[in-house]
Amino acid sequence: MSTAISARGLVKRYGAVTALDGLDLDVPEGTVLGLLGPNGAGKTTAVRIFATLLTADAGEVRVADIDVRREPNKVRRVIGLTGQYAGVDENLTGRENLEMVGGLYHLERQWVRHRASELLERFALVEAANRPLKTYSGGMRRRLDLAASLVAKPAILFLDEPTTGLDPRSRLDLWAVIEDLVAEGTTVLLTTQYLDEADRLADDIVVIDQGRAIAQGSSDELKDRVGGDRVEVVARSMDQLADIEKALASIARGSAVIDPDQRTVVVPVTGGTGTLLEALRVLDSAGLHLDDIALRRPTLDDVFLSLTGHAAQASQEGS
Amino acid sequence: MTSPSVSAEPTRARRPLWGWAFHDGWIVALRDLRKLPRVPEIWFFALIQPVIFVLLFAFVFGGAIPVEGGSYREFLMAGIFAQTIGFNSANTTVGLADDLTKGILDRFRSLPMSSSAVVLGRTTSDIVRGLITLIVLIFTGLAVGWRIHNGLPKAVLAVALLLFFGFALSWIAAWIGLYMPNTEVANTAGLIWLFPLTFLSNSFVPLDTYPAWLQTIAEWNPLSSVVLAMRQLFGNPVGPPVGGFPQTQPFAYSLLACVVILLVFVPLAVRKYRRSSAR
Ligand SMILES: Nc1ncnc2c1ncn2[C@@H]1O[C@H](COP(=O)(O)OP(=O)(O)OP(=O)(O)O)[C@@H](O)[C@H]1O
Ligand SMILES: [Mg+2]
Repeated sequence: MSTAISARGLVKRYGAVTALDGLDLDVPEGTVLGLLGPNGAGKTTAVRIFATLLTADAGEVRVADIDVRREPNKVRRVIGLTGQYAGVDENLTGRENLEMVGGLYHLERQWVRHRASELLERFALVEAANRPLKTYSGGMRRRLDLAASLVAKPAILFLDEPTTGLDPRSRLDLWAVIEDLVAEGTTVLLTTQYLDEADRLADDIVVIDQGRAIAQGSSDELKDRVGGDRVEVVARSMDQLADIEKALASIARGSAVIDPDQRTVVVPVTGGTGTLLEALRVLDSAGLHLDDIALRRPTLDDVFLSLTGHAAQASQEGS
Repeated sequence: MTSPSVSAEPTRARRPLWGWAFHDGWIVALRDLRKLPRVPEIWFFALIQPVIFVLLFAFVFGGAIPVEGGSYREFLMAGIFAQTIGFNSANTTVGLADDLTKGILDRFRSLPMSSSAVVLGRTTSDIVRGLITLIVLIFTGLAVGWRIHNGLPKAVLAVALLLFFGFALSWIAAWIGLYMPNTEVANTAGLIWLFPLTFLSNSFVPLDTYPAWLQTIAEWNPLSSVVLAMRQLFGNPVGPPVGGFPQTQPFAYSLLACVVILLVFVPLAVRKYRRSSAR
């Protein structure tokens, strides 16, 4: 399997701000890489460099084995980009937008016309095809934006926060579309702030913070780094939290985390589902009442917290 | 979810390299032109302003400014045409400044299109807008008593010369637009240079009414020679003859000025566009 996108030592500065500080990454052909990071981490900057919109101050980037700095136009023929901000014209209709993009890819007219119809159908925009984008909802506009980046059937697709602002239903639809594309062999690099999105779509995840990759691996590998499973207990009443912690001490493999607002006690454990039974037994014999109990794997949120010291979405711009 | 019709790989169209610049430019121009019927307000205000100008100048100053060899209204129209086409180029300034703030430019930059196309498209759509505005003005002019005396072919040549001049001005406007931080600034800064360009000329008064130093500036202002060339082609009064080459050979000087403007500002604007695309 060859490498579709590779970056070595990428550096990009804006005046005093260092947006990228020696980023390395590799995306094998036909796989999905999730670029995860808080606001201002440098995700968009990285995507813009890969997609030939920006030139790096230092480092080497190859897309489809083409040097991005030397032959940007050759790269542009094989990529599709859905940027963080909609790259569509508000005054044109959905169909006109797609046909304009097809024309600018220098594709044959008849072919573009068919392709536009196909994409409008795929993204459930047939009804709205001949209306100006001004009349589209945010989700429709996002779908058209993605469709526009697919007009030339690019082998490599860049998606910068593709589902930000979509309702849950539209997110699921968009995920399905991306999964179809990957099944057809497309290589995808997507940035996201949603950990469940990376979890579901990405084969490989690169966590970046302040312009540098701070962790890389599959979502399972990243979770293993943070430790094993956790038992999460939701108490019926606040005053039992301390008792629950005490009762669970016998099975805990580390210190418990108590969240009074949520009435939860979380303890790290080893031993899979057997520990859940064990936990139920000790809590029952202590006469404690629960609203809920669950065994869960660490989420990417846990990963994020332990790697960056701050949560994925609450972090500050440029922090 | 998918239809079976297009399973084949994308088919690439073929064309010589320079041909793509025009192909891509025209696609970008169409994008701008398609907007016109959909946002009728653009038309309303683009047309109402020059029409008001014609009526104001014709009726307010019509009697106050004497022109040798004919009526002031006949003298005035070529000047109004040129002024309107000059201000028309500000569309490019505002349009490009607007594009620069939007995601659509990132889309264009990620496509394998000709790098001059975004600017060429804007300046081209200005010609089409200009032509439509001119047609309305010509009919307004005819309504207030302006006439074409030298036949249709020469009148068409006059309009063509003016549109070519407008196209050249649009490249200056494009270059300015690419420096604008946002559309608000573009809306004012895009117009500033057009006031001296259109007023320091023979558009509204004959050149001999200026003090000597201003007269020299106005005489060498290419807009003055375009206006004079049009007046001659329409067979309208031209005012008393003044000055050297620009006013004795107005047609040649106009063409020369257009070519020089294009030679300077096409590369400047395209280079600036490329630079701003690699922020
Ligand atoms: N044009 C610019 N001029 C100056 N600074 C910039 C510019 N673009 C980005 N930056 C800075 O570079 C850093 C990285 O920005 P970038 O947009 O890549 O972050 P991001 O990870 O995409 O963030 P978000 O999740 O908010 O989209 C930020 O500190 C940002 O302020
Ligand atoms: Mg971003």
